Amino acid sequence: MKFPAELKYTKDHEWAKASGAIVTVGITDHAQSALGDIVFVELPKVGRTLKVGETFGVVESIKAVSDLYSPLAGKVTEVNSSLGDDPSRINKDPYSDAWLVKIEVSDASAINGLMDVATYTKLVETLK
Amino acid sequence: MLRRTALFDEHKHLGGRLIDFGGWELPVQYSGVMDEHTACRTAAGLFDVSHMGEVHVEGPKAEAFLNYLVTNNVSKCAIGQAQYTVMCHATGGIVDDLLIYKRAPERFLVVVNAANTTKDVAHIQKIEKEFRAKHSIQSAELHVTDESDKYTQIAIQGPKAAAILQKLTKIDLTPIKTYWFTEGAVLGVPAIIARTGYTGEDGFEIYVAWDQGPVIWRGLVDAGASDGLKPCGLGARDTLRLEMKYPLYGNELGDDTNPLEAGLGWVVKLDKEDFVGKAPIAAAKAAGLTRALVGIKLLERGIPRHGYGVFSSDGATALGEVTSGTQSPSTKESVAIAYVRLDQAKIGNRLTVDIRGQKVPAEVVATPFYKRPY
Repeated sequence: MKFPAELKYTKDHEWAKASGAIVTVGITDHAQSALGDIVFVELPKVGRTLKVGETFGVVESIKAVSDLYSPLAGKVTEVNSSLGDDPSRINKDPYSDAWLVKIEVSDASAINGLMDVATYTKLVETLK
Repeated sequence: MLRRTALFDEHKHLGGRLIDFGGWELPVQYSGVMDEHTACRTAAGLFDVSHMGEVHVEGPKAEAFLNYLVTNNVSKCAIGQAQYTVMCHATGGIVDDLLIYKRAPERFLVVVNAANTTKDVAHIQKIEKEFRAKHSIQSAELHVTDESDKYTQIAIQGPKAAAILQKLTKIDLTPIKTYWFTEGAVLGVPAIIARTGYTGEDGFEIYVAWDQGPVIWRGLVDAGASDGLKPCGLGARDTLRLEMKYPLYGNELGDDTNPLEAGLGWVVKLDKEDFVGKAPIAAAKAAGLTRALVGIKLLERGIPRHGYGVFSSDGATALGEVTSGTQSPSTKESVAIAYVRLDQAKIGNRLTVDIRGQKVPAEVVATPFYKRPY
């Protein structure tokens, strides 16, 4: 399983990457593998304000529905609507092109409170 | 402690992702639901279904007892034939759906759902007592025994299933018709070879002694490798049966479900002598059914799931509930099985399904959702 070192991670198996005040969010390799074949994503409207931990959408595999939780507080500036046509791209590579939303965070330093790769890798180990 | 089938080590070896399924540790998937589903539809799928319960019903009164226990007419079942049926509570609600295999005039194998085995065996024993008292049956005339621990059951399903299984047995499989079976050796192991299944494909369910399971399983994995056979988990088993609108106990069927509204009228013989649940089922029929089990297809994006509400096309009136739903791996359409108000059950009728608060347009469609091309 692949967890890029430059990303931050959450206990809900999402990744986050900051570029100034804009944070890109997706789900991790562990999350896509646990879900199995992803067939549907539901993403929020651009402009929606999210609190930390708020449900902002769902990812569905053939078998299960899984909520998406906002890792940080902020406003949705962009959603990856191209996933709608082929959500299985998340299974192939859950990073880079298969990001879910971009959030303009209200506190740019808050991302430092998320897990680094070492901590997250340990968390995933405990789930095996 | 979860129970394991004789094939547990095989599942681990093949990389199966194991889950708790009704108290059994079984693979939900190996390579992926979509991949396994497709393999079964286009080549062959191999399933461990050893968790199913097996009950022997034997003796001169076996057939009369079964006819009292279940809704279908067991007398119509010939030796070497399998019959699908349900057994009901005295209330008419469904205890379980099951298969009855007639092995000899006084020997029947009854196969029930894994998650229900304990409940079913208790129910069968209760009805046995009732039946014995009612007809003054001597103990030697009827034997009902739970043999669930003694069987490994393996299903091989798909267009190439017969050709693969044929490599492992001298019995000519060609003359075995759908819902018939034969008894003989597979890889030298005594087996019941039944042309039955839960996928909508041609295929077989093979019953062997519990400890012989691994021999048969490995034999089929090896024999089928060049034909594209893949081991399939519970995930693919569910999507395959859903595409056929085959009911699943706990979803479409339950203790409060009348078999007629579940679309199982074809296995309920109300012209038969008394059977458990007959009076309330007949009364419900006379009074008029209120709901029907239908196939639904979403007309916009979304996936209907078990428990989601079904509403009128304007979203204002509640009409029923989804019992099973998924995105069909074969057709890629979002499909569901649902109970809806009887007057809304016509094919072509427009409805909506409540998906997380949003009423998504849907339509009642003909089923099965998938038809095999051969």
